[in-house]
Amino acid sequence: MNETSPSLPLQRPLFVTERTDNWWLGPTATGLGLLFFVAYLTWAAFQGVHFYVGPEDAPYYLSPLYSPWIQADWWPFSPAFLILWAPGGFRFTCYYYRKAYYRAFSLSPPGCAVGGRAHNYKGERVLFLFQNLHRFFLYLAVLFVFVLAYDAWLAFQFPDGWGIGAGSIVLTLNAVFLGAFTFGCNSLRHLVGGNVDCFSCVAFGRPRFKIWRIVTRFNEHHMEWAWISLFWVCFTDLYVRLVSMGIVGDLRIL
Amino acid sequence: MTDVTFRVFRGAGTQGGFEEYTVQLSEGMVVLDAVLDIQASQAGDLAVRWNCKAGKCGSCSAEVNGKPRLMCMTRMNTLPLDQPVTIEPMRSFPLIKDLVTDVKRNFEINKRVRPFKPKPRQADGTHRMMQYDIDRIQEFHKCIECFLCQDVCHVMRDHQKPDFIGPRFLIRLAALVMHPLDTENRLTELKDAFGIGYCNITKCCTEVCPENIKITDNAIIPLKERVAGNFYDPLAWLWRKARGKRPDTRPGTE
Repeated sequence: MNETSPSLPLQRPLFVTERTDNWWLGPTATGLGLLFFVAYLTWAAFQGVHFYVGPEDAPYYLSPLYSPWIQADWWPFSPAFLILWAPGGFRFTCYYYRKAYYRAFSLSPPGCAVGGRAHNYKGERVLFLFQNLHRFFLYLAVLFVFVLAYDAWLAFQFPDGWGIGAGSIVLTLNAVFLGAFTFGCNSLRHLVGGNVDCFSCVAFGRPRFKIWRIVTRFNEHHMEWAWISLFWVCFTDLYVRLVSMGIVGDLRIL
Repeated sequence: MTDVTFRVFRGAGTQGGFEEYTVQLSEGMVVLDAVLDIQASQAGDLAVRWNCKAGKCGSCSAEVNGKPRLMCMTRMNTLPLDQPVTIEPMRSFPLIKDLVTDVKRNFEINKRVRPFKPKPRQADGTHRMMQYDIDRIQEFHKCIECFLCQDVCHVMRDHQKPDFIGPRFLIRLAALVMHPLDTENRLTELKDAFGIGYCNITKCCTEVCPENIKITDNAIIPLKERVAGNFYDPLAWLWRKARGKRPDTRPGTE
């Protein structure tokens, strides 16, 4: 090595930094938040009961963790497990969540300009090549948005006719929040127009550009929608569960 | 006027440590003013690189209180002054002296990026582009090459992967790959020679960019999606095959 290219002597061990701000707060809160929601979702998925309100053949409130309701005799476990791998895979491979758990759990890096975990780092190569499957989970997630929108519509169809209950609003917001999260997906942004270099040269270039800009608007707040929708999915399940168990009465507005 | 203590890194090559200086603050002072004050009155041999003092030349990159920043754009009244202000060189690059690092690695990487290769001119001897075709890439041209993103990137900082070109050059590639007139297919080298798979999109580059370029969302992720579409998406591969396109056909120009 010559004198202007010495080895890097200033490398720092894990967590060591000259930063004076509370850099650890973000990844810690993110990690705890993710653990909390994953723990709740896992618990709720294992329950297999109290996930709908109304008659079994035509429930008007259905937990999003169990929607679409697959009644399979051959399946010995909770029906939620037939569903959750798809939205779970969508979130796990989501670009925002990747940032979140790489920082919070993988410590690669724990914070910007903070000493990271010393290991044979390979990034999103080799084992993590599966992250490239995100677009396939997106296709499924888009279907789920429509399924949950249908559930929201059903939440206004009570046995005694059309009406509005607190659960109707909860399920509607659930579909809206999940839609805002899904339609801001980076892979969708790529597919609707991000893969085009010359909008004026391709068929439907102008509408594609407009759609790309709409998706971009949602994408700019992808992190916020990720957290809002994750919280609301859990809240929706909890609400349906509590109403189903008779612990909470559903407020009927109309 | 308040006296502020600065811990300034002094050293050369592989040797060095912090030395303390006291500077009297004045109205509107930035960190670079303080460093130049130290150089003028207390440490005439303090090495610091600077030029425009307007946040446009990218020369005075350093780490202030552990965060990669331009010293000329860091106002003293934005820092906590009840404790010493730490100033050190960029840690990802070999140290020459004090606050000056050897950034020639970046220029060597730059030479590896093939230059813009436009389509042939139209019959009237011109190139035509619509404004909305190039809106996306104009953001990338704001880069001032301060190399703060290269400094903070943990792939370069903690793991020293020689085949990863870093955020600054992924921006340059994004500007070329998304250019409506460029004809080069750069995706194969992006995946292999330039190591885009090493980036785990933790967004530190975006956080430190003084030009507020959304490096991760607007450059790196779109490039990752193009690589995924070209090399890891069997449906896209079949679609290209059905249309008689080569697997490495440059996207966006079909």
